[in-house]
Amino acid sequence: MTERLDRRGFGLRLTTGLASLLLSGCGDEVSERPWVRHLLDKAEDLNYWLQRRVLPHNALAPEYDEADLSPQFRANGSTDPDDEDYRRLADNDFADWRLTVGGLVERAERFSLVDLRALPSRTQITRHDCVEGWSCIGKWTGTPLAALLQRVGVRPQARFVMFHCADTMEDGTDRYYESIGLDDAFHPQTILAYDMNGAALPVAHGAPLRLRVERQLGYKMAKYVMAIELIESFSHIGRGRGGFWEDRGYEWYAGI
Amino acid sequence: MGGFQSDVEVVRQRSAPKVQVAQRLSWIFRHSAIVRVTHWINFLCLAVLLMSGLQIFNAHSALYWGQESDFQHPLLAMHASPGQHGSLRGITTILDHDFDTTGVLGLSYVPGVGVRERGFPAWVTLPGMQWLAMGRRWHFFFAWIFVVNGLVYLTSGLASGHFHRDLLPTGEQLRHIGGAIWDHLRLRFPKGEEARRYNVLQKLAYLGVVLLILPCIALAGMTMSPNLDSIAPQLVILFGGRQSARTIHFLCAAVLLIFLLVHVVMVLLSGVWNNMRSMTTGWYRIEHTEDINDGTA
Repeated sequence: MTERLDRRGFGLRLTTGLASLLLSGCGDEVSERPWVRHLLDKAEDLNYWLQRRVLPHNALAPEYDEADLSPQFRANGSTDPDDEDYRRLADNDFADWRLTVGGLVERAERFSLVDLRALPSRTQITRHDCVEGWSCIGKWTGTPLAALLQRVGVRPQARFVMFHCADTMEDGTDRYYESIGLDDAFHPQTILAYDMNGAALPVAHGAPLRLRVERQLGYKMAKYVMAIELIESFSHIGRGRGGFWEDRGYEWYAGI
Repeated sequence: MGGFQSDVEVVRQRSAPKVQVAQRLSWIFRHSAIVRVTHWINFLCLAVLLMSGLQIFNAHSALYWGQESDFQHPLLAMHASPGQHGSLRGITTILDHDFDTTGVLGLSYVPGVGVRERGFPAWVTLPGMQWLAMGRRWHFFFAWIFVVNGLVYLTSGLASGHFHRDLLPTGEQLRHIGGAIWDHLRLRFPKGEEARRYNVLQKLAYLGVVLLILPCIALAGMTMSPNLDSIAPQLVILFGGRQSARTIHFLCAAVLLIFLLVHVVMVLLSGVWNNMRSMTTGWYRIEHTEDINDGTA
């Protein structure tokens, strides 16, 4: 009987020992080891392969009705850039703002808001999913990126569309930037939005122009877009992972 | 393969001056290799998924119902706010009712950092510190292993007849479910012939987890992907919206945690070595006790 009790006690100690090892907060150290991050990154490759190579990639994100609009659409990330040049543009209602489209294109061009509004437009009511976990539904009107790209002509070497933004991030050195693949760039719901919920895009949500790339998470939808650049590789930009948050460990393909 | 077949029987005589007890031992091969391997892989996956899931939850420590987040009326929210004496308190709000959960939920001590506003405390999240990007990496990596492992288990369970033979309660078991509950409440576990198979409560708990909770948590998790929502919009409709899916994902995790706690307690109470041996080597020992003189076995 005592033998059994000892065994039971040992089993208990073993179980609680293993549990406390798991719970002891060693997760931070393990997470900082490069090989662990490298191994875990394999799942990102797998997710990208599944979502972009196996599953259909021209599906439309669900669209909603006016009645579904969020009464309070949360503004996240930069909400009021205090960059001097941006403030000057904002004070003048962005009349002097120009969107530069360049890089690997046939005809680089600059667009004012009036120019963009003269191009074909698309309005969509979609759900905005933040990587933090919350969702809001908003109505967006803007120029389909495909229309803009067709106008400037994409050169065959181009593989990505890079968005350069006006907002300097908290560390004071880097301005926000983001990139998407050409498949997403030519998707019908990928638009450069200048209106939100039927009014001019507010500063908190990225005035005068923000990217909507439905089917990906919120951090891909660059606000305060100043320039669009067609590129072959983003390895020389920022820390080389394709975007501000990507450089800080988030996935480049943010479909999950 | 697998199943509950009797293979070896051992009869041992114990003699004492006044009491004679004949203890017959029989060994059954209880768990097939696939069940044992998938069981432990599943345990590892669920541990990492639970802790990294709480890390992800902490990035926005509130739950809602429907497509979108009604920030004014969360179903559940954890945050810190100043208390009566100006010091911060951790507050957990459930359906508009506030509870002071300082130290655990809403406000807790992070080793090396200090007291911080956060949903779940550092000792249950992976990584411990607030690090959403890394939490997502852990979560998605182990989600893949969890899903592949689960599919192997489900396929083999169906093909080998394991579910039908060992997990589906018999009509007779279902009729006597009241007695089984009463036995469990008194912590009396089946002995002898009855220990050859799972009892009815075990069967229902395992079937519920395997066929309901685990598939549900995986599907609700996928529903949170905006890209998968465009490919399979039916998923979002099925769960009543993305935020509902997030809430259901969280609730399923809570049910799994309760199951795990009860499961571990039952394992400890009903013979930890016999259970651990059978889930490692496959062999489970059954004692048939026959009293020869009196009942003081």
